[in-house]
Amino acid sequence: MTTEAGSETEVKEKAEESAAQPDQSENATQETEEVSNTAEEEKGKGKEKEKEGKESKGISRYLPTWLKKQKSQSQTSPTKEAPPTEESVGKVTPEEGEPAPEVNGHAEEVEEKEEVKSEQVKEKEAESHSSTSADTEPAKEENVEESAEKSPEETKETTEGEGAKEEKKEQEGQVTAEGEGGEGQTSIFQSPLRLVRKTKMKVVVCRVALLDGTDFTCEVEKRAKGQFLFFKVCEHLNLLEKDYFGLSYKDTHEQKCWLDPTKEIKRQIRSNNWQFAFNVKFYPPDPSLLTEDITRYLLCLQLRDDVASGRLPCSFVTHALLGSYTLQSEVGDYEPDIPRPLDLVGQLTFAPSQNKEMEEKILELHKSHRGMTPAQADTQFLENAKKLSMYGVDLHHAKDSEGVDIMLGVCANGLLVYKDRLRINRFAWPKILKISYKRNNFYIKIRPGETEQFESTVGFKLQNHRSAKRLWKVCVENHSFFRLNAPEPPTKARFLTLGSKFRYSGRTQAQSRQASSLIDRPAPNFERTSSKRISRSLDGAPVISITEASRDMAENGREPHLELHSDSKVKEVDLSPGDTEALPSKSPGGSEPTLSQSRLRVHGDNIYVRHSNLMLEDHDKTQDEVLKHQASISQLKRSFMEAPPPSPPQPNQWEKRLTSSPATIRSQQQQVTPEVEIEETVVIQEVSRATKPGLVTVTAGSPAGLPAEQETQEQNVRAEEEVVVQEEAKQRKQESVSSESESEEEAEYHPNVHVTICHTRIPEEKEEEEEQEQKEDDKREEQQVSAPDAPSLPAGACQPAVEASPEESRKDDTEAEKKKNEEEEKEGEHEMEESTEDPMLTPDEVPIGLIGVAVPVEEEEEPKMNGEASLVEVDPRPQVICCSEPPVVKTEMVTISDTFAAQKTEIATKEVPIVHTETKTITYEAAQLDGNGDGEPGVLMTAQTITSESLCTTTTTHITKTLKGGLSETRIEKRIVITGDCDIDHDQALAQAIKEAKEQHPDMSVTRVVVHKETELAEEED
Amino acid sequence: MAGLMAGFGHYTHAVVRGIPASLAKEALRTSQAEVDLAKARREHEAYVEVLKTRLGLDVVELPADESLPDCVFVEDAAVVCGDTALITRPGAESRRKETEVMKGTLQDLNLNIVEMTDENATLDGGDVLFTGREFFVGLSKRTNQRGAEILADAFKDYAVSTVPVLEGLHLKSFCSMGGPGLIVIGSSEPAQKALKDKRVIPENGMMSDTSTAISQPTVKKRKCTPDT
Repeated sequence: MTTEAGSETEVKEKAEESAAQPDQSENATQETEEVSNTAEEEKGKGKEKEKEGKESKGISRYLPTWLKKQKSQSQTSPTKEAPPTEESVGKVTPEEGEPAPEVNGHAEEVEEKEEVKSEQVKEKEAESHSSTSADTEPAKEENVEESAEKSPEETKETTEGEGAKEEKKEQEGQVTAEGEGGEGQTSIFQSPLRLVRKTKMKVVVCRVALLDGTDFTCEVEKRAKGQFLFFKVCEHLNLLEKDYFGLSYKDTHEQKCWLDPTKEIKRQIRSNNWQFAFNVKFYPPDPSLLTEDITRYLLCLQLRDDVASGRLPCSFVTHALLGSYTLQSEVGDYEPDIPRPLDLVGQLTFAPSQNKEMEEKILELHKSHRGMTPAQADTQFLENAKKLSMYGVDLHHAKDSEGVDIMLGVCANGLLVYKDRLRINRFAWPKILKISYKRNNFYIKIRPGETEQFESTVGFKLQNHRSAKRLWKVCVENHSFFRLNAPEPPTKARFLTLGSKFRYSGRTQAQSRQASSLIDRPAPNFERTSSKRISRSLDGAPVISITEASRDMAENGREPHLELHSDSKVKEVDLSPGDTEALPSKSPGGSEPTLSQSRLRVHGDNIYVRHSNLMLEDHDKTQDEVLKHQASISQLKRSFMEAPPPSPPQPNQWEKRLTSSPATIRSQQQQVTPEVEIEETVVIQEVSRATKPGLVTVTAGSPAGLPAEQETQEQNVRAEEEVVVQEEAKQRKQESVSSESESEEEAEYHPNVHVTICHTRIPEEKEEEEEQEQKEDDKREEQQVSAPDAPSLPAGACQPAVEASPEESRKDDTEAEKKKNEEEEKEGEHEMEESTEDPMLTPDEVPIGLIGVAVPVEEEEEPKMNGEASLVEVDPRPQVICCSEPPVVKTEMVTISDTFAAQKTEIATKEVPIVHTETKTITYEAAQLDGNGDGEPGVLMTAQTITSESLCTTTTTHITKTLKGGLSETRIEKRIVITGDCDIDHDQALAQAIKEAKEQHPDMSVTRVVVHKETELAEEED
Repeated sequence: MAGLMAGFGHYTHAVVRGIPASLAKEALRTSQAEVDLAKARREHEAYVEVLKTRLGLDVVELPADESLPDCVFVEDAAVVCGDTALITRPGAESRRKETEVMKGTLQDLNLNIVEMTDENATLDGGDVLFTGREFFVGLSKRTNQRGAEILADAFKDYAVSTVPVLEGLHLKSFCSMGGPGLIVIGSSEPAQKALKDKRVIPENGMMSDTSTAISQPTVKKRKCTPDT
């Protein structure tokens, strides 16, 4: 590392360029030679070696690709390796501001800006070539993966001093590799460029709304990860302390979501709407600790918007005070000369309910700020804003256990609960042991107080599954950022990052502070342009707006603006140490060697993590159920043990765990889960998927995360439950039934399966959050549904189902789970549970089934039944089965549990006709007077069947009395079978039958007549 | 005391009101102990003296009103924080008129006046504990949820949490600020219950238990302004 730094002295200024170049050079080499991955690595190594005599070959191998690139860059400048064509491609990109359709790697472009013009020329030439180079991509990707594996080690090796490298790493991370995301992020950076060059990657124009109200547009390769775009934006803003910020987008439901930097953008946005917003993601509790004024300025912009929009409520006085600082920052000293100062103030929006009184107060306070520099005014603004109780609180709508509307606020200190305007509870992070969600439920487990013996779990209901997950993720990220020193221990981090998307992948606040403390660039000039109306700049800096500057840079690398960038890059280098830390965590655990190591750890801890990640907690399940499943689970575990993965965890440990606790057993199944536990709180950690194939076998089993820290029996139980679920999921898969959607828990497990199935594809999995969820739910399902590579489609399919399920009442879910269990157990055990519901249903159903085509005197409404059935229909198949086959009914019951028995009956009737395709069915239905159709099962009072025969008619009468809601209802269904030749007037016979029925039961009404004609011998009756 | 309190506000003014003769017999009481009116007045004088001379506060002394036997407890009539004064709607019907004089006085101090006009709301200032960072509002016989919500609306800068006061008159009957970041709370059962139930843990604060419940003579009205 040190060597690099030395070489980079020159390079630093051009750091951007150099970074980009190395990639290019590598790419070029790859393309030209089209060598296998290994070849590329070797080359990279060779380059490194050349430049860095210090590093040994062995080390070089482990060095991440990006490192190699950097080294190569230094070399490249000499022009040793860089093949002209490839380089040219990279250079082309430099023109960011310009709409360069061809450029894929934007980040690189930026970096390259500074490159020599001569190089640019080459690049241009190369551009044309780049488009053609698609063939090489695969190889590159592979290389990338390998490099990624190595990267973790490398990153460790790299010292803080090598800031430049680190920065580059970050950039690379931004770029993010394509599908193979599983590999180290480091590789990612390279990959995008390569992809672009080689295969003409599809480029998409992203529009990012910046905090100053302007839009930043840039082109991004379609498969680029969130990081890439984010870094582009940060570069555009000349922002180094970027860890507090993030990109947000609106999902299909207009909900604001954070763009996951480690996942592909297109997989997240769903709607193909490439619109984003640059926002503060983590509000620093003490903005004065930020290093740079530009960071504070951006934070100010965010807060001004928060205040003006009402998201950050404050009192009249505070509004005025904040407004006055804003004025001071943007306009400078109050000038009495201004003809109509109030007009100026009136143009600005300081508060949601702004009035003249407030504006006058603002002006009055503004006068008192004379002499304050913009930076000082910003600082004062922040000092006041940070005290506001809602500062940095991310609010989510929810309901408490009693259905009362509340708001859940996530902030640096913990989770806050608001009802109306009052804060009714607060849970500091140290008090929270676990965070989880299941469907639309969000749970936090609270550490017991000094006088309490047991932990308590507090549950909240969110609008839907998506919001529950979004809240969960926000919690995980906030906790990680504010409470942890590092996202996760390096070793663990790898695994975690691999498997779970949910983990926070960036730097923590502590890391960010450490990194920013190394920033030594001169304070960058920037214009405070938030209120565009004001033309003059207070800073004395060039009036050029940021956007303009960027354009300039893009066009001319050597412009003064460019210098700024170069500085920034240098600074970034300084920062790098922090980055390096982050990177390792990010780096995909893909490397096999690491896996083996990690596994050992993982085993114990993993279980807990998974648990949390998956959000699997089965609150619905009883311990008994869990216990029942344990046996089967243990079997799975054993089988898993027998066939250990390539780098198997130590068997001894496994067994110990198995014996010790059921939960541990499950842990075996899981391969990769890293522990996420933090001392104070075990934030929910997602399950990390082990890349190992061996795991695959197990995957079906259960990767249940156990809370490592506090492995209470309860937790174990839960873990077991989860395992069960997984098994269920497996069964489902076999069935190929779509039932999966119902239980998310199942989904959690799926991820493992995926992993096992395709190692390379792991990255994709990560990318797709939803998919992961789904995967978790039903690993197999996903497999079945979609190939891992084409995650989008499968994800989409899965998701809808998932969404549907959340809407369903928990009962459904539980029932569904039960069903699953039954299926698994072959309906043995669980049916008992279901049976409770059945009694109600059975009476009706049975008669109906018999009646089939009868002429029911009174009947329930069919339509309802159908409608409900459809609703129920998370799993369409089961229903169908039920209809056709009597035995199936049980399954129906389970699924439909919510639906009424009456509905079921209807289904049966309808289907009957269907079954007899040859028959005609005519239904005469009277407007129903009663609520029979309501589907209420009622209580069966009596039932009798009477059969009478005459010459040509056989009448079967079913009389059922049911008690519904206190009203007894008698329902008579007559089945009249009229047989005979064409001589018989069937209509008359029918009329007669109805007449008789009316006569017999004068006090009853005929609600429905179904005529079912069967003409076998072509004798037409009608 | 002012020095200690610097962490959560800077007190500039104190509002006090004289003790009416009717206090002894007509004031609302939770116990039936005899009231020595003369002694009470002596103590009140000493109290005002301390505010003036020892703490250097600008003391506004309001005359007693014999028709308002409880008027000496000015704390309940208004809640002042920063530049905003919330004129309360005391839970006891007989005390509602106490706010009239208080309102005029605070207006004269150039405070932004917010009045609690909702007839469903009641709030006694004695149920409002300001820590410097947030408010705790005791839900007691005198203060209800609606009152707490209006207080939250009046002081949007701060979080407002409610605390059930199961026994005793006011929240501040058993707890008070002991200094910046320090809430002093009594050891009585209701006090501890309130503490536990609502997790009344001040942000970045400490909590200390006292062996005996502290009840303050609530005869002072203070104006505090946030440090800038």
